[in-house]
Amino acid sequence: MRIGDFHASYRHDEALFDTRAQRVWLGLLLAALAAFPFVGGSYLTYLACLLGIHLIAAAGLNVMTGYTGLISLGHAAFMGVGCYAVAVAERAGIPFFLALPLAGAASAAIGLVVGIPSLRIKGLYFAVATLAAQFVLGFVFREWESVTGGVRGANVPAASLFGFELAGDRRVYFLIAPLAVLMLLGARNLFRTRVGRAFIAIRDRDISAEVLGISLFRYKLAAFAIGSFYAGVAGGLWGYFFRVATPELFGLPLSVFYLAAIIVGGLGSILGTILGATFMTLIPEFLRALVGWAEAFGLEQAGVYLAPLRQVVFGLLIVGFLVFEPHGLAEMWRRTRRFFHLWPFRT
Amino acid sequence: MHILEAEGLTLRFGGIRALADVAVAVPKGGITAIIGPNGAGKTSLFNAISGFYRPERGTLRFDGADITRVPAHARAALGLARTFQNVSLFRGMTVLDNIKLGGHNRLRAGALGALWYLGRAAAEEARLRAEIEREVIDFLEIDHIRDLPIDALAYGLQKRVELARALAMQPKVLMLDEPVAGMNREETEDMARFILDVQEERGITVMLVEHDMGLVMDISSHVVVLNFGQVIASGTPAEVRRNPAVIAAYLGERAARRRVA
Repeated sequence: MRIGDFHASYRHDEALFDTRAQRVWLGLLLAALAAFPFVGGSYLTYLACLLGIHLIAAAGLNVMTGYTGLISLGHAAFMGVGCYAVAVAERAGIPFFLALPLAGAASAAIGLVVGIPSLRIKGLYFAVATLAAQFVLGFVFREWESVTGGVRGANVPAASLFGFELAGDRRVYFLIAPLAVLMLLGARNLFRTRVGRAFIAIRDRDISAEVLGISLFRYKLAAFAIGSFYAGVAGGLWGYFFRVATPELFGLPLSVFYLAAIIVGGLGSILGTILGATFMTLIPEFLRALVGWAEAFGLEQAGVYLAPLRQVVFGLLIVGFLVFEPHGLAEMWRRTRRFFHLWPFRT
Repeated sequence: MHILEAEGLTLRFGGIRALADVAVAVPKGGITAIIGPNGAGKTSLFNAISGFYRPERGTLRFDGADITRVPAHARAALGLARTFQNVSLFRGMTVLDNIKLGGHNRLRAGALGALWYLGRAAAEEARLRAEIEREVIDFLEIDHIRDLPIDALAYGLQKRVELARALAMQPKVLMLDEPVAGMNREETEDMARFILDVQEERGITVMLVEHDMGLVMDISSHVVVLNFGQVIASGTPAEVRRNPAVIAAYLGERAARRRVA
């Protein structure tokens, strides 16, 4: 049981990891992350890379949707912008450590172009405007063949540093994992400052935000640009990981996947982003294993149902969480933690 | 010397005239109360001053500058703060974060600095925290609730937190829309003391809309009476209380005649 925290200064009170135990756990986590690809094997390393990309993209969407209240149905398209940007940048000989920020910036710039007209409207109307962006960008990916390679897609060369190629999952992992940690930390930091507080204020009650001197349009645009930046970087990593950019990768199903991840994990919570993205990355793998068992036990047709089963499970999860646990896995985690902190005195 | 002046303010919703040629002058450093029966246009006047409603005609001058065309969020930066009739705090945040939002305009960190939280962004957050603790949280005696979410607070405390958020803006003029509505006597007395302290110790000009006549007559230095969107009287509390037009507006013509006779 823990009684309370003792803080001797305001700076200490505002620190992100304020107890010794938390710092120790954090150090252990970072060490585990560094050792993971050497211990985990190729399949787990592949999953970890995929998860890192999903984490960055989901964090961006959570900044927009969970924290600022701007529902976006076009997140995957902004990832696509980042992915194609990396393909184009690599063709021009730009190294990855410049290409990735460029991918983010390109995506944020497209975000501004979409946001400036559509942020004048709110709620569902805005969501529909982002849906339009999803389809328009998808159309551009398919039809602008000289840049995107059309439906055949564009190849992305491996990221390389002074002739050392980051090819293969284990090497790409060391590109994706540090970036994922940094960008999650950045998202968390955002909400310790005036910028992040302004986002939440706009979500909770826009009229009082305005009275406090927050320009709604500017801050909504900033949230949209940050969300798109994260999507762009995630898309760029996607390119370096799968080495190819095709239009159908960045369609509406992927946008809905991220929306599902932050709803399941917890809207407006970085911990929720992590839990939700992890959960949603593992669900398809779990289903695949389930289908494998079913086939092993004589249901030979089971594999046919895998794809539709995935959609059904995603749909059920969204509805289930919205109804029974609107604050997502993050809230379940907090409740569990509280229980053990107070045990045995209160349950 | 008047810090806020409205002239010929006219505001119409469809066929209804919410404000008709309203002229109000708020003396600097005092407590000015806006009173009137329900639907008289008190909150409409506040909303026009905050910049939510754009008046059809008329001008608004604040601290010597014409602000008639200034958007709502920019008026906050000039030194105009307000609270709302129904508490409008941000429910997804703690008390402390709500109050920190009041300091939004005085901080400078941009989105990029915020992502790293190093150097200036961290330093200005630390400064804001210390200032808020000293000047707002101690002053309003809410240090025991600073880490609680808004929903965990009783209504009277929520009103106090909303006042704290407005004070964190360090405004020149503080507009309070029904600061003691729904409070019991003790909470009302606390709030009255805070309002007087704000005005006397910090020299902040206070404007308030209030139905609690006891409070209005006790603490205000200047009273403006609205009825059907028009100013029907203004002056010191004692003058307004004797004004037959005011008595008629509140109690009806017959009662007013009987009272004067």
